[in-house]
Amino acid sequence: MLQHYSDYNLFTSSPEEKLYIRKQIKTGLLQGKTIAIKDNIAVRGWQLSCASGILANYLSPYHATVVQRILDGDGTIIGKTNLDEFAMGSSNEHTIFGSVKNPVDSTKVPGGSSGGSATAVALGVCDMALGSDTGGSVRQPAAFCGIYGLKPTYGRVSRYGLVAFASSFDQIGILSNSTQDAALLLQVIAGHDPSDATSSDRQVPDYLKKLSEPEQPKVGIPWEQITDGADVEIIDRLKSLITFLKNSGCDVKNINLPHLRYSIATYYILTMAEASSNLARYDGVRYGLSDRKNVLENMYRDTRSAGFGEEVKRRIMLGTYILSSGYYDAYYKKAQKVRRLIRDDFVNVFKNVDVIILPTTPTPAFDLGENLNDPIKMYLSDIFTTPVNLAGIPAISVPAGTHSSGLPIGLQLVGDFFNEETILRLSHYIECNYTK
Amino acid sequence: MKGLSKILEKWEPVIGLEVHAQLSTDTKMFCGCRNVYGDPPNTHTCPVCLGLPGALPVANEKAIEYTLKLGLALGCKISLKSHFARKNYFYPDLPKGYQISQYDEPLCLGGSVTIRQNGELKEIPLIRIHLEEDAGKSIHSADEKETKIDFNRCGVPLVEIVSAPDIRSPKVAREYLTRLKQILQYLGISNCNMEQGNLRCDANISLRRKGEKPLGIRTEMKNMNSFRGVERALFFEINRQAGLLESGKEVVQETRLWNESERKAEVMRGKEDAPDYRYFPEPDLVSMVITEKQFASIRSDPVELPHEKEDRMLSDYGIRLNDAIILASDVHLVDYFEQIVELGIDPQEAVKWMLGVMLKVLKDEIYKIESFPVKPNRLATLLKAVGNGIVNINTAKSVFQKMLTSDKTATQIIKEEGLMQMSDSEKLSSIIEGILVHHPVEVSRYRDGKKELFGFFMGQIMRETLGQSTPKIVKEILTGILDGNKT
Repeated sequence: MLQHYSDYNLFTSSPEEKLYIRKQIKTGLLQGKTIAIKDNIAVRGWQLSCASGILANYLSPYHATVVQRILDGDGTIIGKTNLDEFAMGSSNEHTIFGSVKNPVDSTKVPGGSSGGSATAVALGVCDMALGSDTGGSVRQPAAFCGIYGLKPTYGRVSRYGLVAFASSFDQIGILSNSTQDAALLLQVIAGHDPSDATSSDRQVPDYLKKLSEPEQPKVGIPWEQITDGADVEIIDRLKSLITFLKNSGCDVKNINLPHLRYSIATYYILTMAEASSNLARYDGVRYGLSDRKNVLENMYRDTRSAGFGEEVKRRIMLGTYILSSGYYDAYYKKAQKVRRLIRDDFVNVFKNVDVIILPTTPTPAFDLGENLNDPIKMYLSDIFTTPVNLAGIPAISVPAGTHSSGLPIGLQLVGDFFNEETILRLSHYIECNYTK
Repeated sequence: MKGLSKILEKWEPVIGLEVHAQLSTDTKMFCGCRNVYGDPPNTHTCPVCLGLPGALPVANEKAIEYTLKLGLALGCKISLKSHFARKNYFYPDLPKGYQISQYDEPLCLGGSVTIRQNGELKEIPLIRIHLEEDAGKSIHSADEKETKIDFNRCGVPLVEIVSAPDIRSPKVAREYLTRLKQILQYLGISNCNMEQGNLRCDANISLRRKGEKPLGIRTEMKNMNSFRGVERALFFEINRQAGLLESGKEVVQETRLWNESERKAEVMRGKEDAPDYRYFPEPDLVSMVITEKQFASIRSDPVELPHEKEDRMLSDYGIRLNDAIILASDVHLVDYFEQIVELGIDPQEAVKWMLGVMLKVLKDEIYKIESFPVKPNRLATLLKAVGNGIVNINTAKSVFQKMLTSDKTATQIIKEEGLMQMSDSEKLSSIIEGILVHHPVEVSRYRDGKKELFGFFMGQIMRETLGQSTPKIVKEILTGILDGNKT
C-alpha cells in the first residue's frame, strides 16, 4: 500500500511492521483506526529524521507522549510522513526525501510543513495523521489537500517528543477526512503531560459528545484585514459560507484585528530566534551526522553545513542575528510586544464572538518550485495562519469547495483559548449541512 | 603574600566573586535522573539531559525551594515571578547547545553574606542569586587527541551567587568563600565538596588608585580549584595589574585561566572573543511563581547562620569567640558540640574535648564528623565519667580511641579493662554527696524513717560510678553521711 503511493514521496521511511499494542479485546477510541505520524514526532525504535540530513539514520529511543497515547487508545501507527525539514516551510519541498506532491494535482505542492501527513490522509492511505503546526503547518496543507486540519490551543496537546522548531508556537495537530475523526484523535492525545511544563492541566471535555449538540455560535469576520491579499474565489467561498451561517441562524459580526498585518514579520522574527537555539543541539557530538575530519570548531561547521538544508540554515542565521546583543531589543523584544498586541486583539474579539472565520490560505496550492527561490513570497502565504499561533488559540481548516483550477479551498474556524469544542462543533455542522 | 601590603598602599583592589554551588537534590534540575557523584560515566542520563530531539525540561521544585532558602537566609529580595533563560553557546559537554539559566529575572536579588573580620561582623553585599543547570564533564586524554564526555553531571542543579564588587583583598575573598560554604552547609542544600566540583568560583578583579572612584579595567579569573587557590590567584593578578599600571601600561580586559601547579594565570580569551550568549526567555518552561504558601513553609523553618551561631555560643555557653568560630565553622561539628552539651556536659569541658581531642582525630581524615563513629550520647557518657572522676582525662583519651573502632560503650570499656579509680573514698564521698543533693525529697523521707530508700541511693551511686565503686566502701560512706547528719 505504501509503495503504491511512492510517487507522492509521502513517507520518510516505511517500517516493516505497523505499530500497535496487541490485545485480546480492543476498547480504545482509536480501535480500527490507522494513523500516520509526521516524522518530527518520536516513535521508539523508529527513524526520527525531520527530513533533515543532519538526523539521517537517527532512531528515537523513546515515544512521544502523543504516540504513547495513540497506542494506548488502540490506534495503529502505519509510518512516518514527509515534511519540510524541521517543519520549516509551506510547500514540503525542503526535504531530503523529495517533494511531496499534491494529491489533487501532482504538479502542485501539498502545502507544508505537514505535507506528507495531509497527502496521506487525502489519498486514504491512513484514516488520520499527526502533524505539527507552528505557523500553519497543519491547516495550510489541509486546505491545499481538501481535508480537515486542526491546530489545538497551545498547551492542549503535549509537545514531549515533538522535535522543537519554535517552542512557544509549536503545537501537534491533526489531519483527517472528517471533523469526527479530528475530534476522536484529539480526545485521545489532549490533556496534561507532566513531561511538558507548558502543557495545560485543564480538563479535557468530551469532544465527541459535544460534536452534535445544537448551537448557533456568534461568528466574527475581519473583512478589513482579509479582502486585500486573498484570491477572489477564496473570498467568494468565504462569503458563501457566511451567507450559509446567517441562514442557519448564526449571528455574524464584522470584527477588527488591527495588528493582524504585523503577524508575518512578528512570527518569522520570533520563530527564527527560537529555532536558532532549538537547532543548536545538532552539533555532531552525540548523534546524527558528524563530520570529525578536523578540529572541534570545524566539526560544528562541517557537520552543520553538510546536514542542514538551505531554508533551515537561513532561519538559523537570521535567528542568531535577531538574538545578538545590540539587535535583541530592536527585533526579538519588539516582536514579543507585538505578539502580545496580536494576542490581545483576539482576546478582545472573543469577548463578543465565539468563532472567527478566516481564509486558511491567500491562494490555493501553488506550483511545485514556484516559490522555492522566493522565501519572502513563501513566507507571505502564511498570512492567515500565523496570527493563530502568535496568539496560541485553536483553529481548524475546513474544506469549503473547489477553486476554478480544480484545487481545494479551505477556510479557517478560529476559536477562543481551550475552546476546541466550539470550532469542532461548527466544523461538524458545516461538514454535514453546507453544500459546497 | 609578600609585597601585597606595599601595593595596597597605593592601589585598591576591586574584587567581585561568582560562586557556582551544586545543590544536593535527589534528582537533576530538569529531569528525573539521579544527582550523584562518582558513578560510572553516563549512567545517569535520559533524553532530557542528553538533549535528544523532542525532549523537554521540567523544573525541579526542590531546587527552587533550596534557592529560596538560600535567598531568604541571605536577606535577598525574592522575585515573586521569575523565569529561566537560555544561554546559547557551543561546547561538546553542553548537549542542547544552550544552558538553561536565568538572565534578567533571577530568583533572588541583593542580600549579603556576613563575615567576621577581627571579631567584627562585616556584610559583603550580593548582586543576585540565580538557578541554572550544570554542564557535562569533558575528559581529555593525556595525549590530547581524544575527549570523552560524561553526562552524569549534566543537568545537576546549580546556584550562581554573584557578589557585588565590594571585596577589597584576597584575604577577604577567601573569608567570604569560607563563610558562603558554611552557609550552604548550614542550610543543608549543597555538599560543598570542592574536589567533587560541588563549589566553583570565578573572580572579577580590577585596581584603582587609592581614594579614587572610577573603576579600572577588569579581568576575569577562572579555574581556581580551592579557596586558597582563589586567594593566590587574586594576589597574582593584583601583582600583575599593579605592575602594568605602575609602568604606565594598561590592563587589557580579558579572561584568564589560573594554573595552580605553576601558580600563574594564562590568557584564555580577550574581549573581542567574548562570547555573545544570545540570552532569551526559555520557552519550554513556564514562569516560576512563588506562592505565599511556599514562603511560609520556608520561613517556618529558619536556619541559624554561622555568625548567629557564633554569637549565641558566646551568650549561651560562655565560651570564647575564637573557640566558637572554630566549632561553628562546620555545621556538623557544632551540632555535635551542642548535642553533648544538651546531654549535660559542661560547655567548657565540651569545648576542651572537641578542640583538643576530636579535631586531632578528624584531622587525619579517616573519620568525618558527619558520620563520626562515636555518637554524641556515647561521648557524653565518657565525659561524665571524667567529670565524676571515675577516669582521668588521659585514660578517657585511650577509651575514646577504643570507642572509635568498637561499638562498646565507655562504661563497658572502663569496666572490662578495669580503668576506674574508685577506691579513693574522698572522691566517692563527693560523688555521693552530689547525688544526695539532687534527691532532697528521698533524703528527708529516709531520715524520717523510710529506711528502704537506702537501696535506692545505692543504685543511684552505682549507676553514676558506672558500677565501678566498691559497694562496701560506698555503703560505709553513705551510712556515714545519711545517719551522721541526723541530729
